[in-house]
Amino acid sequence: MIGLSLAYLRDRALNTGLNILLLGLSVASLVILLLFSSQLENRFDKDAQGIDMVVGAKGSPLQLILSSVYHVDIPTGNVPLETVDLLRRQMGVAQAIPLALGDSFRSFRIVGTEPAYPALLGASLADGRMFGQKMEAVIGADVAARTGAGLGQRFVGGHGMTGGDDGPRHEDAPFIVVGRLKPTGTVIDRLILTNVESVWAVHGIEAPHDDHDDEHANEHAHEGESAEEHAAHGSPAEVTAVLVQFGSPIAAVRLPGFVNRQTNLQAAVPAVEVSRLLALVGVGLDAVRAFAVLLMITAGLSIFVALLTALKQREGDMAMLRVIGASRAAILGQVASEGLILAAAGTLLGLLLGHGVIALAAANVEQLHQLGLNALAFHPGEAIIAAAAMGIGLIAALIPGLRVLQSDIADTLANAR
Amino acid sequence: MPSPELPTHLNKVEGPLVETRGLSHWRDGRCVMQIGDWQLQARAHALLLGPSGSGKTTFINIVTGLLTPSHGSIAVAGEPMSALPPAGRDALRRRTTGLVFQTLRLIPALSVTANLALAQQLALGSVDRSAIATMIDRVGLSHRAAARPRQLSQGEGQRAAIARALITRPRLVVADEPTSALDDANAARMIDLMFDVADATGATLLVATHDGRIAPRFGNRLNLVAPGTTAP
Repeated sequence: MIGLSLAYLRDRALNTGLNILLLGLSVASLVILLLFSSQLENRFDKDAQGIDMVVGAKGSPLQLILSSVYHVDIPTGNVPLETVDLLRRQMGVAQAIPLALGDSFRSFRIVGTEPAYPALLGASLADGRMFGQKMEAVIGADVAARTGAGLGQRFVGGHGMTGGDDGPRHEDAPFIVVGRLKPTGTVIDRLILTNVESVWAVHGIEAPHDDHDDEHANEHAHEGESAEEHAAHGSPAEVTAVLVQFGSPIAAVRLPGFVNRQTNLQAAVPAVEVSRLLALVGVGLDAVRAFAVLLMITAGLSIFVALLTALKQREGDMAMLRVIGASRAAILGQVASEGLILAAAGTLLGLLLGHGVIALAAANVEQLHQLGLNALAFHPGEAIIAAAAMGIGLIAALIPGLRVLQSDIADTLANAR
Repeated sequence: MPSPELPTHLNKVEGPLVETRGLSHWRDGRCVMQIGDWQLQARAHALLLGPSGSGKTTFINIVTGLLTPSHGSIAVAGEPMSALPPAGRDALRRRTTGLVFQTLRLIPALSVTANLALAQQLALGSVDRSAIATMIDRVGLSHRAAARPRQLSQGEGQRAAIARALITRPRLVVADEPTSALDDANAARMIDLMFDVADATGATLLVATHDGRIAPRFGNRLNLVAPGTTAP
């Protein structure tokens, strides 16, 4: 009977193709939304692992989180270096890791920090060693793959964090790659890590207790930089943000308030800001999701109408099948298999389309690539989408199938003769 | 001594293959078919002749178990068809009867070969490709075996329908108005073919028609009249 179902579907190929396409598009829409939202949330979670609070200059807390945790926005400004020590002295603080931002190399941000930062995100060295001396750099896996940089290679950063190789370059302060990190699936894959003193040195900022040449600092100029970027380049020793990991639950209650009472500081909690961001994005996602569900219902109705029409035309065939020996169950099974074959083909097409679109988007849209969209990753929710599509196909087939079975064979044959 | 060409089961039936006793059918208080007592011997060629409304189709539906008669009884291959439950009638029909309709009712999405294979699968539970090829060859459609019904001429389609009715080796082949739409020459060819194939497979032939042209070909004729009138 499966062969008969395939023959009937082939016999009305255009109708079959259009129904498969319609269902495929709805499944693809849902799969794209599912993969995008789940991978986005997963990425947000992974990138913020171990970071309970971020302290930076006053401004938008979301901007502070995006710039310091996810490295996708410009910082709110700088804070005094003393902030790091201030935080480390607080009870309940397990770690306070400084970040100094401002430059990039071929769109990859150069981050002045400490070895504790890659350790916090679970990164380990693939080869080489961790940065230690001034102007030593360790590169993330994506940076290595996309730039081809290897150990011992020298490079100079460009001013700005948005890929500004066209802007001013710090030709007088080259970095040397001393280590490469293993892929982590986190933001650190796309970062170039060095120590904070290197970032200061590049910008002519004197490090505390450092024998830096003041004149060199004055030579350094940044033409054409934005106000925000300039804010990251103050003359005193500053950092852009401090990532804080709590050592006790009480710190989560006490520390944000403590920080926000400081004149120039603000505390932002990644979990809160990400929830707020996802809630905002979620409204749009929910609207698109509702549209995709509507599309799937439309596809189900289309299959229903197609099978209803086809079975109406085939009532005589069905009666003849009964006459030559097909049981009621076999007839119903045949009709059901037509719906299921349509649904299976539509689901398969939808899954391929969905993952294909994710792959194309990740390959061609830099922002989506940076989010780490992975077309080869499957989400358990896809099984639910597939089951729903199959269920719709089955129901769309069974309703007209049961209707045909209720008709009288003799009458049907008499009318069809 | 059984014929070596025939399946064993075809030689088991002795006496009438179809037997009716006091058979009539009433619908909405009106008699729509009346036959009474009648017998159709195994391997005979019988003609059920009568005008429209005389109850030919009603009788065919009763013979094939698609309809339960309101009065009397009918036995097919020794089994009381009219007393069986629907599932039993379906099973008896599947085992014993092949049907040919005027409108053929071949499955349009399947080739000639696939139509025969489906009939075999449904009736016998398996497909015998060699038997299908032999049957298609016997009805002269070897060159059209892969064609779909809509690609066949009327004559080719009728041959395919006969082949499908006989591929399950039924004891009884029932044909409803098989020649109504054909000209004289094609009607004669159709009857010749049905006789040939039925004889070759040992099947009993029951043809219902109002087509008087083919009546002389049948020795066993049952004339039906519209209930309420008198038979000539």
